Amino acid sequence: MTKYLYYPGCSLETNARAYYISLMAICEPLGLDLEEIHDWNCCGATEYVGISLTPAYALISRNLALAAKQANGTRTVVAPCSACYLNLAKADYYMRESPKLGEKVNKALAAGDLHYTPGSLDVRHLLDVIVHDVGLDAVRRAVVRPLSGLRVAPYLGCMVPRPDYEHRWSNPEYPNELDQVLKALGAEVIDFPLKTHCCGGHMTQIGPPVAYELIRRLIHAASEYQADLMATLCPMCQLNIDAYQGEMNHFFGTYYHMPILFFTQLMGLAFGKEPQELGIGKELVDSRLALARIGVEVPEAEAAPAPRRPRKAKEGLPMPRMPEEKELIR
Amino acid sequence: MFATTLETDHHTLPPLPTPPVADLRLLEEVAAATAGVSRLEMCIQCGTCGGSCPSSADMDHTPRQLFAMVRAGMRDEVLRSNTPWICVSCYHCVVRCPQGVHIADVMYTLKSMAIRVKLYADSTAPDFSQTFVDLVENYGRSFEFGLATRHYLKHFPLRLPGMAPKGLGMITRGRMDLTPHRIEGIDKFKAILARAKELEAAS
Ligand code: SF4
Ligand code: SF4
Repeated sequence: MTKYLYYPGCSLETNARAYYISLMAICEPLGLDLEEIHDWNCCGATEYVGISLTPAYALISRNLALAAKQANGTRTVVAPCSACYLNLAKADYYMRESPKLGEKVNKALAAGDLHYTPGSLDVRHLLDVIVHDVGLDAVRRAVVRPLSGLRVAPYLGCMVPRPDYEHRWSNPEYPNELDQVLKALGAEVIDFPLKTHCCGGHMTQIGPPVAYELIRRLIHAASEYQADLMATLCPMCQLNIDAYQGEMNHFFGTYYHMPILFFTQLMGLAFGKEPQELGIGKELVDSRLALARIGVEVPEAEAAPAPRRPRKAKEGLPMPRMPEEKELIR
Repeated sequence: MFATTLETDHHTLPPLPTPPVADLRLLEEVAAATAGVSRLEMCIQCGTCGGSCPSSADMDHTPRQLFAMVRAGMRDEVLRSNTPWICVSCYHCVVRCPQGVHIADVMYTLKSMAIRVKLYADSTAPDFSQTFVDLVENYGRSFEFGLATRHYLKHFPLRLPGMAPKGLGMITRGRMDLTPHRIEGIDKFKAILARAKELEAAS
């Protein structure tokens, strides 16, 4: 077992509980020993730095300071959430780039008896650790139920592959690490052109039509490639594509049905875990039909919300459209 | 004959516009308020950023235009632009910018500057950020149910969690807590933020 400091982040304790549950379930087969950073706080998501710089970076850095203090035998912090990963990694990087920022942050941290020396930790994303530390061979060896026949669209979103100041990925716009992991599980992985396109982020909260269009493009492309489901590593992407798929369909008058699971849930299935041990069934867009293709039976989920009547398509946005789009409009 | 006409025309031309008051510190100010080394001064106006941006169609100005305006000291126009609010932090422009400008972070800086002087056209986004931050400052963790309830009440009453089928689905599937989680070291946490705010105000 290799030890890591683990920063779960708020999403994994709430809307992305399925990510948390499934990650815990696959730690053992992967030989990961994740030690949670004690009393960590929110990373500020994409909101705090838009309000005020020093408090935002002090907020992020409290976690780095706690982690550095707790570190016994490891200096690697693993974050599964993309916004958390980016915030932690960026804070460390920018404090190295601009010592003035580091000084200010440390003055603030001193008010809470903490200190962080920029560069003393390595902030990494879970996928990076799985591909580069655990290794694809180890992943392959752990597979007992290959996902053969399941067509998966790998979807990373923005904040894990970019800006990638530390050059951890094969390509910041078209990385293949997630594809490789899913292939190691035996899945049929489509070469998904939109794999690092934006899910709309917080626009679902502040300008829904902008977000709906971005969500539609992703789901449309995955459907055109006949994916059974999408696999992601980002709580925000999962939330937007899963929980807002209904609103998006309603908005455009479409009938897309594209389940999206966390890649850790698919790893768990391939490692022979049961769907209930992996938080499968927590998604709002049912994945049962897709998983039936690999012989996985998911017990009836909690009462599904009543379907809404879609509106006519003419209320769509004046946004660029791909040339020969055949939408599922009735 | 010709000469006379030209002269007459010349006299009827409108007066030349008065140039705006120079605000040449704006560029410096934005760069200094951005995390790390923004490299904003190094923008060569190539337009790669706007061409890479998934949301440029909804923006008042492309990032390139906005940065030219910053350099030109057009403070008011810059802080009123919807561009930073439409930016979804996708970092496509950042990895493509030949000058390594921290574009997404500059957008965050412009948002915070616009909030400080209350120059924004639509309050939905600033309100959302502020509500999110208020909750985090109080508990040390984010609190989605509280955030959604407060934010939706003000801006999207029909999407209230628990009312919309989606909200209900989130709650029944255990994906939305109805009570917030408070961290243990909340007092020291608040002290850190208070000190950080003083430092920010002094800078
Ligand atoms: S890509 Fe970079 S250099 Fe080019 S216009 Fe945008 S910010 Fe300036
Ligand atoms: S980071 Fe912002 S400005 Fe840059 S491409 Fe993405 S949305 Fe556009």
